[in-house]
Amino acid sequence: MKRIYSVLVENRAGVLSKVAGLFSRRNFNIDSMVVGETADKAVSCMTIVSTGDERTIEQIEKQLNKKIDVIKVKTFKESMSINRELMLIKVKYNKENRRDIMENCTIMNAQIVDMSKNMMIIQICDTSDRIEVFIEMLKSVSIVEIARTGTVALTKCREVN
Amino acid sequence: MIGAEAIVKCLEKENTEVIFGYSGVAIDPFWNKILDSDIKTVLIRTEQNAAHCASGYARISGKVGVCAVTSGPGATNLITGIATAYADSIPMIAITGQVNSDMIGSDVFQEADITGAVESFVKYSYLIRNVNDIPKVFKEAFYIASTGRKGPVLIDIPFDIQNEEMTEKFAYPETISMRSYKPTVKGNTVQIKKVIKEVEKAKRPIICVGGGVHLSGATQELIKFAELNDVPVVSTMMGIGAMPSDHPLFFGMVGNNGKAYANRAMNESDLLLMVGARVADRAVNRPDLITENKVMVHIDVDPAEIGKNVGPTIPLVGDIKHIFAEFLAQDDHADDHKEWIETLRRYKEEMMTLRAPAAEGFVDPEAFIRALSKAMNDDAIYVADVGQNQIWSCAYHIVKNGRFLTSGGMGTMGYSIPAALGGKIAAPGKQVVAVLGDGAFQMSMMELATMRQYGVNLKIIVMNNGYLGMVREHQHNAYNDNYSMVKLEGDPDLSLISAAYGMEYFKVDGNSDMEKSLKKFLKDDSSNLMEVMVDPMALTR
Repeated sequence: MKRIYSVLVENRAGVLSKVAGLFSRRNFNIDSMVVGETADKAVSCMTIVSTGDERTIEQIEKQLNKKIDVIKVKTFKESMSINRELMLIKVKYNKENRRDIMENCTIMNAQIVDMSKNMMIIQICDTSDRIEVFIEMLKSVSIVEIARTGTVALTKCREVN
Repeated sequence: MIGAEAIVKCLEKENTEVIFGYSGVAIDPFWNKILDSDIKTVLIRTEQNAAHCASGYARISGKVGVCAVTSGPGATNLITGIATAYADSIPMIAITGQVNSDMIGSDVFQEADITGAVESFVKYSYLIRNVNDIPKVFKEAFYIASTGRKGPVLIDIPFDIQNEEMTEKFAYPETISMRSYKPTVKGNTVQIKKVIKEVEKAKRPIICVGGGVHLSGATQELIKFAELNDVPVVSTMMGIGAMPSDHPLFFGMVGNNGKAYANRAMNESDLLLMVGARVADRAVNRPDLITENKVMVHIDVDPAEIGKNVGPTIPLVGDIKHIFAEFLAQDDHADDHKEWIETLRRYKEEMMTLRAPAAEGFVDPEAFIRALSKAMNDDAIYVADVGQNQIWSCAYHIVKNGRFLTSGGMGTMGYSIPAALGGKIAAPGKQVVAVLGDGAFQMSMMELATMRQYGVNLKIIVMNNGYLGMVREHQHNAYNDNYSMVKLEGDPDLSLISAAYGMEYFKVDGNSDMEKSLKKFLKDDSSNLMEVMVDPMALTR
């Protein structure tokens, strides 16, 4: 089962490694992990996406709460939150497939943000699932490099249980 | 005031009596300033034992144990001791010197990233970057180590910070509040009522106590509750001594190495109160059996332990002392459980295993531990090491008003002598006995000098079988007696070792003279060493 953990932590040196270390030591899986500041400079927000069975999900939340630098943990399903990930993807193009690529970008609401004679970088900001779809659509083109941020998420304004 | 003085001041504010440690340049400013304080120092012989001493001290005094060592190898040597304390939730502050702040990260002489290295063995760690932070860090560290689920906290302090003048006036915080650390002390009222209802209803209730009962100082409340509700008690290894072993309601240690009747009692109960125990593999190798056909209540101060190894019917988070006080404050209590207790007594009689008598020239371990137990003072402290000696100690030592200490979680060989040393310093008037094998003795015998240096008198019993017995037993069972890396040859002559350290030496090689020897051995408050010859082929069961 996939879960998103929104973890507020003290913005101190070494906290990222402590939380990441917890996942490896306890044999928990990390799909993605994103860290950024919050409105309060002393607090950082980590968004961790992980999959596991029910016991693991419960243990992840409890073990996170046990870390002294962790202020608050919120655990939620994807359906309960707005989730976004940013991807930059560099592809090789030619005269034949250029139009195709541009059409795909339009359909998926992606933007071409850099270009040379035979390469372009496309930016897309969407859910991880839709980003996967977009990558699939570009598989016919030669993909040079991909950089993804991992998911950030906030629970919906009206929380659905 | 420089950083080193500030550290000493903080320790004084925390009423630290004694620090176990080792020197080295990176911690020297601190050792220099401790000279101006009344805090006692104990120079141990290898760093790992500083942590074991602090552990023994903490467990007997109920206070936070403190140890301090230098940077690099001093700090890394300490790690096993810290991990041992962490596994058994022992409150401890470990102070390590560090290289100069501006050198950190450049791999200079005796530099080690100790906060990184101990991350998975400490409750928390600090690397002090600003001398003015010292009071706040120490206040927090002591608070974290001694509250909630207790454990070791490491404070790493660079050499230059120890020597730096504070720019702010030293002020030790009176109170403390951390937004990210608020351990639950009081149990949830609704859950408490639920548990009491179950206790009233149960026909075959049982309590399994773990080390948490000692850590919370809740032994009196526990005994009162068990007596009031007529509930039998079993224990994990760490829980031994929470109830006197000869109490009519006590039915032994559970687990692979425990009593078969204790396991049966737990499995056949209809209500199991798991109190301050982790449900770890050595205590419960089949968690499904302790939840089957019964109501299982798990009481622990650490919410992460509840549901980690077994899913309870009723979880109850909080400090055991508080929770049991709440239990006792309820008007309702159960009627007697005569029939159930009778059944357990019958199991105990029927399932008592008889050991084969020892061969000529050897002592029967069971008879010996029983005789030792009988000869010891009622309030004595018994420290068992790790190995066959630990299993025999758990099985046959009768704890009365004293304490039973051992390294339960980590199973660290060589724990007993330094832990006994720390325990004796915490309770100088008490008889302290360390029981260990010839393997563990050779891991820790350097501390005989520490005992002599500080006049700390321990009774040391070496059960000598010329083998690493526990693993030999495993190889006997699992590898058809194909022994590898378990035979200890070249053991020193222990009578000469005793003489070298100014201890009186006793040797027991048969059951007949055992009682007389033990009496003499335990008589005065002096450091004595007893060598007990055990059949190399003796088994724990």
